[in-house]
Amino acid sequence: MNNDNLASLNPGEKAIIDSFTDAELSVKLLEMGCTPGEEVMMEKVAPFGDPIAVRVAGYTLSLRLAEAATVKIHRVKNTN
Amino acid sequence: MSSHSRTSPDQKKIALIGNPNSGKSTLFNALTGLNQRTGNFPGVTVDKKTASVTRVVDKNEHSFFYIDLPGTYSLYPKSPDEEVATSILTDKNNKDFPDLVVVVADATSLKRSLFLAGQIIDLNLPCVLALNMMDEAEKSGLQIDIGRLSNRLGIPVLPISARNKDGIDELEKLLASHNDLPAYRFIDASSIAKKATDLVKAEHKDRWEDYVALYRANRLYETDENWRERLDAVGFSPTTAQAEESLSRYGIIAQHMEACIRKGSGRSPMIKKIDALITHRVWGYVIFLFIMLAVFQSIFYLAEYPMTWIENGFASLQEWCVSVMPEGMLTDLFINGILAGLSGVVVFVPQIALLFFFIAMLEDSGYMARVSFIMDKLMRKIGLHGRSVIPLISGMACAVPAIMGTRTISNWKERIITIMVTPLMSCSARLPVYTLLISLVIPDRMVGGIFHLQGLVLMGMYLLGFIMAILAAWILHIVIKGKGRSWFVMELPVYRIPKWSNVFYLIFEKVKVFLFDAGKVILAISVVLWVLASFGPGEDFKNVERDIAQFNTISGDTIFGMPEGNQFVLKGDAIKELESRKLELSYAGRLGKFIEPAIKPLGYDWKIGISLITSLAAREVFVGTMATIYGAGDDENVEPIRERMRNATDPDTGKPIYSLAVGLSLMVFYAFALQCVSTIAVVKRETQSWKWPVIQFVFMGVLAWVASFVTYQILV
Repeated sequence: MNNDNLASLNPGEKAIIDSFTDAELSVKLLEMGCTPGEEVMMEKVAPFGDPIAVRVAGYTLSLRLAEAATVKIHRVKNTN
Repeated sequence: MSSHSRTSPDQKKIALIGNPNSGKSTLFNALTGLNQRTGNFPGVTVDKKTASVTRVVDKNEHSFFYIDLPGTYSLYPKSPDEEVATSILTDKNNKDFPDLVVVVADATSLKRSLFLAGQIIDLNLPCVLALNMMDEAEKSGLQIDIGRLSNRLGIPVLPISARNKDGIDELEKLLASHNDLPAYRFIDASSIAKKATDLVKAEHKDRWEDYVALYRANRLYETDENWRERLDAVGFSPTTAQAEESLSRYGIIAQHMEACIRKGSGRSPMIKKIDALITHRVWGYVIFLFIMLAVFQSIFYLAEYPMTWIENGFASLQEWCVSVMPEGMLTDLFINGILAGLSGVVVFVPQIALLFFFIAMLEDSGYMARVSFIMDKLMRKIGLHGRSVIPLISGMACAVPAIMGTRTISNWKERIITIMVTPLMSCSARLPVYTLLISLVIPDRMVGGIFHLQGLVLMGMYLLGFIMAILAAWILHIVIKGKGRSWFVMELPVYRIPKWSNVFYLIFEKVKVFLFDAGKVILAISVVLWVLASFGPGEDFKNVERDIAQFNTISGDTIFGMPEGNQFVLKGDAIKELESRKLELSYAGRLGKFIEPAIKPLGYDWKIGISLITSLAAREVFVGTMATIYGAGDDENVEPIRERMRNATDPDTGKPIYSLAVGLSLMVFYAFALQCVSTIAVVKRETQSWKWPVIQFVFMGVLAWVASFVTYQILV
């Protein structure tokens, strides 16, 4: 459960950001509003499975799978 | 070249800063109109857009000097291009240091915008927040309590819609009157990296505030070796400090949002459906292919009409000049050197305008980001970015606008690779060369009942260019060392209907930059090439006219003129012969002979050598040069040139020169060699150095030589 990362979400699934494993990348992600405690929703996956697009902080953010894998999360129940 | 900011003391310097997609450019356009100037920031490749504007506000005349800073999410730069905003905003001695900062915020994505605004506030710069896209925010049901937000931030907040020009007058009024520093700080920075900030503070006489000191510590760590050691010694880590700062900021932002904002309904289901289609695993590519086809077709075919007008216009102008100007070297320089060079510059304008029309539409609508999204994985395999696709495909029409279009690729390495390989795509200037050579050496017959062999070979040439571009990208990807990591962390912006004035300003700006920046280089090289082809060393060149007249007098088979003093009046074929001999004896001709040993292994003689040199101006000049050399007159009618080339034989062996091996070898050479001064000039302008165009010229030249050598040696 605790090893979940953003790359493992399926489209439509929601999660809460916990922490980051890549310090340099985390600075960038934090600046763009991906803060621990913030809710993210997997919006869609590009054809060929990479990159992905997530809904976070009121906008759509796209990132590569490898980048998403550095974001630790825990899933929350989908309220939709 | 850089256009220097002309500021006078009474001008108020105003910097615009904001996130990408915040509508900052639209606001800049609305505030400045056609007053804007484009120059360069030293050392980086982002354009510096500035404008001096005089406005009457409240019956007083105000003079503003606007600087449009590159879009960024934070003041901690992640690339050399983002460094620009940082260096201007944090250095009081910078000549562009602003009197006032306008933070452009996207009201529909306020959280992220407030992050940047908070940094500006904490650096204690006089600033105002322009809350852009308020109309859209309201439409989606978002309610923002402007007064309360302004009170909480301690700076003026003004709702605007740059697209509809709503609130622009009010903003100008505010810009004219507001000079105050922010009322208070955004975050309390006193607890972040305290040891480091104390160290920095102690070094400076003027007592810095906590955040300014923290910010300095971060910057010093990146830029000053000595400081890095000292900061390391107190356990300072920029990533930790910046992460702490970000967390603190978003904590405050959450409170502001809670107090000032009522949430809206989110996006419409209609938009979601369109988005699903555009990024669909099948339809996404079909739509993309269709759009690229439209772009390619219009650059290729639509641009041809205005290009023909321009060429014909210049040709008429040249003819007219011949008729009214006195004969002489200066006239010749003006008509055949400068006017011809100018024509060669202006002729690119339709293609550039068309490509940037499409790029502006695709970018403004939000579609470009989706293209990157669906193409990124494929392109990444060869070291390119999702955004490289459009320049690459546009390169099949013309590399010049395509290379200018690589601006949208933010990673330096990915952008350089795209620039380096785009000229390998077969552009429209190669078409006349291919057409002539194919009709010369490829038999006109059908293959498999339905395919023209000539058509297949032509397609093969296009494929060859494409495959080589991919291969070269893959090799460069391994060879070139990257500056900074490649990110794909970016916003997928909301779909919007493109704004015509933005499209227009982009086209205007790109055409202007091309004409005045790249144009100078192209013109200069064109004149040099003209000199090479028009003058020659020694007595031979001077006496060529008399020699030909004498020769014709002796042989008696051509209509020739009578000597009038030292002048000979040549007529008919003798004129063509004169042109041919002149070219042969000119510097270009000598150069062609000089390089003959180097091109002999490729199957070329000195005549082809001359064409290789003259077509440095542009590939299609090959056809005209061949016409002159073979005395077919320099009208571009292919028929007589082809006949003469077909009949040309090697004086030693008596065999035809243009065999299949030579023809194909020559086509391969033109496919790979960088025979285009306009591309060279544009690469220089886009990379801000001669290093890359030189590398590109050499690498493509070596590639062309080797590939032609192999082709010739296999076939001969």
